[in-house]
Amino acid sequence: MDAGYWLHLARAVEEAGKRLYLQGRVPGSFYDGRGQEATAVGAALAMLAADVACPLIRDMAVHLVLGVTPAEMFRHYLGKAGGPMEGRDGNIHLGAFDRGTIPMISHLPEMLPVGMGVALARKRRGVESVAVGFCGDGASCGGVFHETLNLAAVWRAPLVVVVERNGYAYMTSEATYLPVAELSVRAAGYGMRAWSVDGNDVVEVHSAVSEAVEAARAGEGPGLVEVFTYRMHGHGAHDAQKYVPAPELEQWQSRDPLTRWRERAEHEIRWSPAQQAELERRVSREVAAAIEDALDAPYPDIDDLAQSVFA
Amino acid sequence: MSTGVVTYVEAIRLALAEAMRQNDRVIVLGEDVGVGGGAFRATEGLHAEFGPDRVIDTPISEAAFTGAAVGMALDGMRPVVEFQFSDFLTSGMNAIVNTAAKMHFRHRLPVPLVIRAPAAGGFAGGPFHSQNPEAWFLRTPGLKVVVPATAEDASLLLGAAINDPNPVIFFEQKSLYTRVKGQFTYDDRATLAGAAIRRAGTDITVVTYGAAMHFALEAAGNLSGEGIDCEVIDLRVLAPLDFRTIAESVEKTARCVIVHEDYPNYGVGAEIAARLVQRHFFHLDAPVMRVGANFWPIPFSPPLEAATLPDTSRISDAVRATATF
Repeated sequence: MDAGYWLHLARAVEEAGKRLYLQGRVPGSFYDGRGQEATAVGAALAMLAADVACPLIRDMAVHLVLGVTPAEMFRHYLGKAGGPMEGRDGNIHLGAFDRGTIPMISHLPEMLPVGMGVALARKRRGVESVAVGFCGDGASCGGVFHETLNLAAVWRAPLVVVVERNGYAYMTSEATYLPVAELSVRAAGYGMRAWSVDGNDVVEVHSAVSEAVEAARAGEGPGLVEVFTYRMHGHGAHDAQKYVPAPELEQWQSRDPLTRWRERAEHEIRWSPAQQAELERRVSREVAAAIEDALDAPYPDIDDLAQSVFA
Repeated sequence: MSTGVVTYVEAIRLALAEAMRQNDRVIVLGEDVGVGGGAFRATEGLHAEFGPDRVIDTPISEAAFTGAAVGMALDGMRPVVEFQFSDFLTSGMNAIVNTAAKMHFRHRLPVPLVIRAPAAGGFAGGPFHSQNPEAWFLRTPGLKVVVPATAEDASLLLGAAINDPNPVIFFEQKSLYTRVKGQFTYDDRATLAGAAIRRAGTDITVVTYGAAMHFALEAAGNLSGEGIDCEVIDLRVLAPLDFRTIAESVEKTARCVIVHEDYPNYGVGAEIAARLVQRHFFHLDAPVMRVGANFWPIPFSPPLEAATLPDTSRISDAVRATATF
């Protein structure tokens, strides 16, 4: 039930955010994770309070699951006061460290070692902690990905890297940048355990990431979880994804993670149409209230900018 | 506290040890810093005293271990990362200028991280072991930049850097490691602020820092015989810059030469000259001059390197020309 709520909430928040962007109310650019919500939700639900996540562009749902409210998300999108970044950064660049996420930088996947460092530091002071770092298949080609896997393996660090096989790096398809069918084979080269799962099935993701997180927590070292999913939208709201073949989109549309969850729920917990309708109403209500809050919120204080450069 | 007269590199080693004794959240990591004691011996003995958990040898992975150090700092640790040469800072650039430097501005999170980076040339290190890359970092809001010129400052400012809640790039001067000696100085209350007047004078202000300060002092000594009385200011900390000390001196002398081993182009000298012209134009009796390395990569062969880096004679020429303008 929890997973269903977060999947629907994430979808609704991003749909509304995109609408606000297209209306010209959200400044800058807008990125969503449509089609990949099961990965973000499944992974985030595998975390405990002292764990730390480094969500990237497609992983907004992680922020929601770990405690960023929809109102804070919309304040963030709109560049208003009261968002986790106080208007210093926008779109999907955010984190709420007090709730277990580290604000990403645009350079991918530079956050992987940072999350690992936080978890290691906590572990050193006796707080069991695992870092869950997210990374696309595109970013897995970058040097820091490989440096970090090697370092994590050498240090037996509590790091779980979730590699999202979503098929595209901006406008370029994976055939252009991936020489192997399964990225998880690379883990063997670093002496790491690996999992390969269906990224659109929230239960499968949750179970694989939980296993990896618990292994890391038990001191067995880092893990790599490769999740096969698909980026249903363009890189950002400005990207009409003309480079994507229509049959490919249609094929993945039939594997939508929200539908997949509902089918599972109907089968496993006799989820009823009435319950589904109630869930959708609840999510719509919450999102509407959050948008109202954010639209009414003031912009951050300009006078404070110079003062916040240094601690 | 004080343990007598030490070399510049010993001062660094002692300051690291003292900081580690005082705070068990201080750790040292980098290539060869552990068993090997560091390429320049700056961490020698630390592995034996504090063990492999606090003195950590890393793979050749600057991006990953600097990023990991940023994460540790976010949790309140005080990591001191050694880059074997400041030239290699490029390999960890994102973690420094994008992740660490902007974290407090973006999310109000302090990043108490120190990056120790051996800089400066003069020993046939060639294009990749001789650079002075401070200007790369001075244009990044959120970073503090320190360049100690004396053994006292090497220890005092390193202690202050470790106790500072912000990311600090600490440019050690390789050419000074064993060449200069001074009193080991460690003070918990020391902060990263303030230039020092190394030689008081009335005729001309020479602003300098790092290894070049010693050439500037030598030039000032020689020029006093010609009747030119130099005031030599050692900046010590480049960011945040203590411009007040410079301005007060120039209001007195009306002349200024800025001397550093880094290129003059777009550097510390350019910034100070611009500020002097903007704010103190009517105090100036001569154009503000800059002395720095010639603008080409630092060559290997000793006569070629000597022709590249500033020396006492080039500094003297510039000071003489400015004093008699």
